[in-house]
Amino acid sequence: MSVVADLGISFGRVAFMMFFVLNVAALLGWVERKQSAIMQDRIGANRASIFGLRALGLFHPLADTLKMLAKEDFRPARADRLLFELAPFVSVFFALVAFASIPFGDTLRVGGREIPLQAVTLNVGLLYVFAMLSLGVYGVMMAGWASANNYALLGGQRAAALMISAEIAIGASIMGVVMIHGSLSLMDIVRGQGRLLWGWVPAWGILTQPLAFVLFVTAGIAATKRIPFDMPEGESEIIGYFVEYSGMKFGMFLMTDMVETIVLAGLSTSLFLGGWQIPYLYAEGFRFPWGAAVALSPLLVTVLQVSAFVGKVGAVIFVLMLIRWTLPRFRYDQAMRLGWFGLFPLSIANIVITGLLLLAWESR
Amino acid sequence: MNFRQRFYLVEVLSGLWLTAAHFFRNMGRHVAHAVGASRTGGAVTIQYPEERRPYSPRLRSLHRLVRREDGSPRCVACMMCETVCPAHCIYIVAEEHPNPDIEKVPRRFDIDLGKCVFCGYCVEACPEDAIRMDTGILEFSSYSRGGMIYTKEMLLSLEAAGADGRPRSPIPVPADRTA
Repeated sequence: MSVVADLGISFGRVAFMMFFVLNVAALLGWVERKQSAIMQDRIGANRASIFGLRALGLFHPLADTLKMLAKEDFRPARADRLLFELAPFVSVFFALVAFASIPFGDTLRVGGREIPLQAVTLNVGLLYVFAMLSLGVYGVMMAGWASANNYALLGGQRAAALMISAEIAIGASIMGVVMIHGSLSLMDIVRGQGRLLWGWVPAWGILTQPLAFVLFVTAGIAATKRIPFDMPEGESEIIGYFVEYSGMKFGMFLMTDMVETIVLAGLSTSLFLGGWQIPYLYAEGFRFPWGAAVALSPLLVTVLQVSAFVGKVGAVIFVLMLIRWTLPRFRYDQAMRLGWFGLFPLSIANIVITGLLLLAWESR
Repeated sequence: MNFRQRFYLVEVLSGLWLTAAHFFRNMGRHVAHAVGASRTGGAVTIQYPEERRPYSPRLRSLHRLVRREDGSPRCVACMMCETVCPAHCIYIVAEEHPNPDIEKVPRRFDIDLGKCVFCGYCVEACPEDAIRMDTGILEFSSYSRGGMIYTKEMLLSLEAAGADGRPRSPIPVPADRTA
């Protein structure tokens, strides 16, 4: 009986994560269209309807999926068959599994069980997420190589170069966060951000590591290959690594972009915005620094935490979309220079400064 | 670029401020429109087939052939429009008119709207004011090139647009339009 319950709980954790990521990814197509439209004084796609019901264009992702599934699945004659077919799956797989170790709530205690609210409990969760995000570029490179198309090859090569310059900056910029919390487990890092500085300021990463936050988000957008760092696609110059793809395989590359955006949002939420933390909310309820306290049931606390996480991820996605629809594309050499001469040295400097400040803080 | 601009961050933030301001202002207007507090929404979009901008009275739209009181074409097949047409899209075959006061009448008067550039020279050239471009019809289309050829009968059946600029006659359907 206990084994069945354990299996069910594990399945439930993974199912929640998958449900969340896949649905938000599908929804992001709609969010992207509508948000950009409202930003540009337009209305946005609103014509897809079911029985005359338009629902603000919410059926457009559905219509898009149907369209892509129904399209011809074209493969160039000289393409490498195995790699060409494999590339979109590799791409979308690594993007999807990257979310596994991002916590969406504190440990839930039900009936004598302790259920950590994350799909997979890993004490090197942070490394795992970055490993999966970095592996995602293999799908892009495979697509570029296997298409037997020079433009696709250029796109794949640009993606690889961009990924290296961005990944190093990402890795170096989060070192400060890891140094503060002394752990690579995302659950520990989020829990550490529940502490209060001087008794009333929540120690969220954005306050303790503001420079790292900016560097991380910048390099993270580069790692997701979205505007302003979309030189691997660059539809006006080289079209990019998916130039030979059609139908749902092309759709899977689009979906990869969306899922990577969600992973980036979830990661920045966990590292810098306190993850599922709500200021002054503890396991037994609110306890404010001025002495007031509100007792809440553990289940309600968990619900609040999970909705806080979802809300924060939504807010970060909003900002990422805002950036995507505000900035034009960097030139290839500009992005390389930004990565190697801007982000990388700054993130190294951030590590040094953080180390010095930590030493000073601990030797008070 | 000065240092502040090369540093990107300040300029990026000011750009984000601009687009975010647009977003929230338009979102507020959309919400106000949805609850009925405002007549206009947050978008300047015109939902085209249902909503239309007013047409200018000078708009050059689908041609029509003006009729005499007895319903016969006012056109005397003088070939002025066919001659002046820069796109060579007008094709006229003339014949005798039963009334000796009228010299000629077109037996065929075809306009290939697939070629027409809507310059309006035919209207300017016509000595009889027999061809006008005031029907207000803009949305004619066809699956074939042949379907874009409008004959004398179709052009004669059209009426001038109403005072609001909207077409009063339906778009004539060429024989092969159903394809």
